[in-house]
Amino acid sequence: MDFSTLNPVALIASLIMAATPILLAAIGELVVEKSGVLNLGVEGMMIIGAIAGFAISVETDSPWLGMLAAVLAGASLALIFGFLTQFLLSNQVATGLALTLFGLGLAALLGQSYSGMKPPSSLRLDIPVLSDLPIVGEMLFRHDFMVYFSLLIVVGVWFFLNRTRAGLVLRAVGENHNAAHSLGYNVVMIRMGAIAFGGACAGLGGAYVSLIRVPQWTEGMTAGAGWIALAIVVFASWKPWRVILGAYLFGGVTILQLNLQALGIGISAAYLSMTPYLITIIVMVIMSADRRRASLNAPASLGQIFHASH
Amino acid sequence: MKFTTTLIAATALAFSFGGAVVSQTKAGFIYVGPPTDFGWSYEHDQGRLAVEEAFGDAVETTYVDTVPEGADAERVLTQMALGGADIIFTTSFGYMDPTLNVAAKFPNVKFEHATGYKRADNVSTYSARFYEGRHVIGLIAGRMTETNTIGYIASFPIPEVVRGINAAYLAAKSVNPDVKFKVVWVYTWIDPGKEADAANALIEQGADVIMQHTDSPAAMTIAEEKGIMAFGQASDMMQFGPTARLSSIIDNWGPYYIDRVQAVMDGTWASTDTWDGIAPGMVEIGAFSDRIPADVQAEAQAAADAIAAGTLHPFTGPINKQDGSVWLAEGETADDGTLAGMNFYVEGVEGELPQ
Amino acid sequence: MLRLEPRQQASSTMRWLTPILAVAITMFMGGLLFAAMGKNPFEAIRIIFLDPFFHETFGPYSRSQLMVKAGPLILIATGLSIGFRAGVWNIGAEGQFVMGAIAGGAVGLALHPADGFWVLPLMTVVGAIGGMAWAMIPALLRIKFNTNEILVSLMLVYVAYNFLAAMVTGPLKNPDGFGFPESRSFTSVDSTHLPMIYEPLGMHAGVLVALGIVIAAYVMMERHLLGFQIRLTGESPRAAKFAGVNPAFIVAVCLGISGALAGMAGLFEVTGPAGKLTTNFPVGYGFTAIIVAFLGRLNPIGIVLAGLLMALTYIGGELAQLSLGIPAAAISVFQGMMLFFLLAVDVFVNYRLVWKKEVK
Repeated sequence: MDFSTLNPVALIASLIMAATPILLAAIGELVVEKSGVLNLGVEGMMIIGAIAGFAISVETDSPWLGMLAAVLAGASLALIFGFLTQFLLSNQVATGLALTLFGLGLAALLGQSYSGMKPPSSLRLDIPVLSDLPIVGEMLFRHDFMVYFSLLIVVGVWFFLNRTRAGLVLRAVGENHNAAHSLGYNVVMIRMGAIAFGGACAGLGGAYVSLIRVPQWTEGMTAGAGWIALAIVVFASWKPWRVILGAYLFGGVTILQLNLQALGIGISAAYLSMTPYLITIIVMVIMSADRRRASLNAPASLGQIFHASH
Repeated sequence: MKFTTTLIAATALAFSFGGAVVSQTKAGFIYVGPPTDFGWSYEHDQGRLAVEEAFGDAVETTYVDTVPEGADAERVLTQMALGGADIIFTTSFGYMDPTLNVAAKFPNVKFEHATGYKRADNVSTYSARFYEGRHVIGLIAGRMTETNTIGYIASFPIPEVVRGINAAYLAAKSVNPDVKFKVVWVYTWIDPGKEADAANALIEQGADVIMQHTDSPAAMTIAEEKGIMAFGQASDMMQFGPTARLSSIIDNWGPYYIDRVQAVMDGTWASTDTWDGIAPGMVEIGAFSDRIPADVQAEAQAAADAIAAGTLHPFTGPINKQDGSVWLAEGETADDGTLAGMNFYVEGVEGELPQ
Repeated sequence: MLRLEPRQQASSTMRWLTPILAVAITMFMGGLLFAAMGKNPFEAIRIIFLDPFFHETFGPYSRSQLMVKAGPLILIATGLSIGFRAGVWNIGAEGQFVMGAIAGGAVGLALHPADGFWVLPLMTVVGAIGGMAWAMIPALLRIKFNTNEILVSLMLVYVAYNFLAAMVTGPLKNPDGFGFPESRSFTSVDSTHLPMIYEPLGMHAGVLVALGIVIAAYVMMERHLLGFQIRLTGESPRAAKFAGVNPAFIVAVCLGISGALAGMAGLFEVTGPAGKLTTNFPVGYGFTAIIVAFLGRLNPIGIVLAGLLMALTYIGGELAQLSLGIPAAAISVFQGMMLFFLLAVDVFVNYRLVWKKEVK
């Protein structure tokens, strides 16, 4: 077998494409979970973002408006979840799953007239000068706008959570909502904000799939990316920069195994297809075994119902 | 209370209307995906619409879409039969046993199962010789590739798919001895993201023509974006790759469906096994792109015509299996039995067939 | 302004009234949805909720299918609910369902065409062990390495799907099946065919076992020390520790039981309704069961009712597709709405709505 045809530069370029939707959805969910809310409806919010972004792009001929629509659609769906869990105190796990079912159905329903269409061309952003650099240029500076934007969001989230007062409050709400409430913070509204942000990011991730990665609309096209995003948040131990690591690792193994197949490696494709999941588990085990209390990094109030009794 | 009364009134109304319909032939369809997939289920739905078009009010069609193969299919089929369907088309391989089971319970209902191999007195099977189409597009691919590398996105290692790979490879090889096939198995029929990733991987490995045996137009979209070539699968897919698309293999079920519904109406329906190809039009070759030079177009058209006329069989010896053993001797053509169960690559295809 | 105020005691009236209320709201909102699609709303609602029971031609068959569809949901949800009450998050029941079916199915295929009453029970036991073994991976990783079980169990679902694909295109492929990716049929051989006990109610042996397990789970959770320890761990891990409960043991037991029950459900599915191992036999029961567990308030009787309600909307939804041409997508929107309402009105069990002047 000739491994020389494996071009690391091209591999990195495609792994970033495969990873970006997951990255976007995961960084949003991370903020939600940091505020103490577990929203399992990421897949539903992604697919709504995918169809909203696609439909609006087609109608207005503007991918930018499409992206905006995806953000709004994802956030709106998330607010349904927020209303149910924060005001009506419903169970978060079940509500999140219901949101997935609802989102998949609604997206399919809305999208019926949009299959078979082509969206306006995507938002490629070749950074001048830098993109002409050999190797590094293709690897790092010839992506679509959203790739850079997703990384920017991660940096922004990191900064917000660790360097701003509002971020501190959000984390405090996630750690101990009763204490935060006693200090006079509006737990419910802070969480609603986080939930909306999570939905917006998931929606954007979905639109990345339907507008950039595979510019087309097909029912159920996010194909489980939302579930992977949820896993990546856990993988990242709720640390923003580790979300990048997790998403790119997962995307990388996915791309690599397809390339190995194309190379004709003698391992059955079904077993190769397991590798992204297995490697994520293995890396997670190594990381959590490294510091035995890693998973204690989970927000202490995660998934618990809050009701202000006075 | 009022609500309940209204409900009961509405119910009664619905029933009385339901009873008023007379002697319409009812044709039911179940699809494995949504009819808007622009691939497999879409073409079956086009067939259903052709039936409606042909018979007008004389036939009523119904369908249930996105039915998982297995237990759920059996239930949907039973409900369809109970609902008074006269003929039911079950349009995916995985509906085979459910179809047989339900058919046994409803001897008066006719069933038509696509791509299966089990039949009964009231169950016919039908499928298309897609490999004939694969031969034609294989020729084009062999002529058009500049890198001599053709990428193939395959779903599951089943005979249908293996046959397609072999047919396309042999045809490409016959016009371009240096051609190489790279196959990626994605183990799904439809997952646009994964299909797109596979297309990208193949392109990175040097493929400049992509063929696919999966249902979404993702690979076509990627081909268009990357400036390489591809073929439409199941439906034409022109709109997804106006430049990239060279031609396509289109499933055209309409004429068969009309025939079979007609047979039910005439009372002449009998259980059969249909495996039609280019000749009766079940497999259609989509229009050739202007990118294909005139002589290649003529060559491809000649091949299609010869297959239709019965003078050319895509699997004509000498052909060896991948391990070098002889499969078909000089001039010998493959029999349908071997084709139906094909589970080996022919000589020259690289990689290992997942078993 | 309107406020929610906690009740002194959970309202027992609301306990049964809220689901009825939710279904009524669903009927109304669902009616609006179908009307917006240009369908007769009354007819659609009648078809979904009543026809599966009472329709002259469809009723008898649909009634028998309710338990067939609800059975695996109930069996899996019962196992999951035990873990959820202890704070053990098994999100990967779908994977355990698949692995149970493969393990038990492989035994049946290895013995093919053995005759004997013992074949199916043996397959069931191996199926349960298969599901349990798959669930023990997240359990052991959590106990030994403190790895989050949500991530591991979820990732293992996808590994199981791929393993299933490898098995049915490889070692477990039907040798007489023309190379198609599926195993031999289990239902065509008596010894591996899940027997139907009472046809009109769709009571196959698996459903019977599921109902037995529901009762056993109830007894265990309410009357047995282990159930007490599980509940205590969920309510207050620290108190449980003081009471001498070994948390590692609880993790292993909870994941083990839920894995075993999911595995068993998988085996029943392939030896009964699905009939064989194929890449498509898992239709998401493992995920839907999570919803069923919570709709049933993690309580065995609630789970049975919730499972039946879910099954009803699947079957009624198919009838609506068939007779009114409502697309599958609209049915899942409808189901999602119903779940929202069910979850939303649940709040009135423990809280009541009061009108209060603004305080503070």
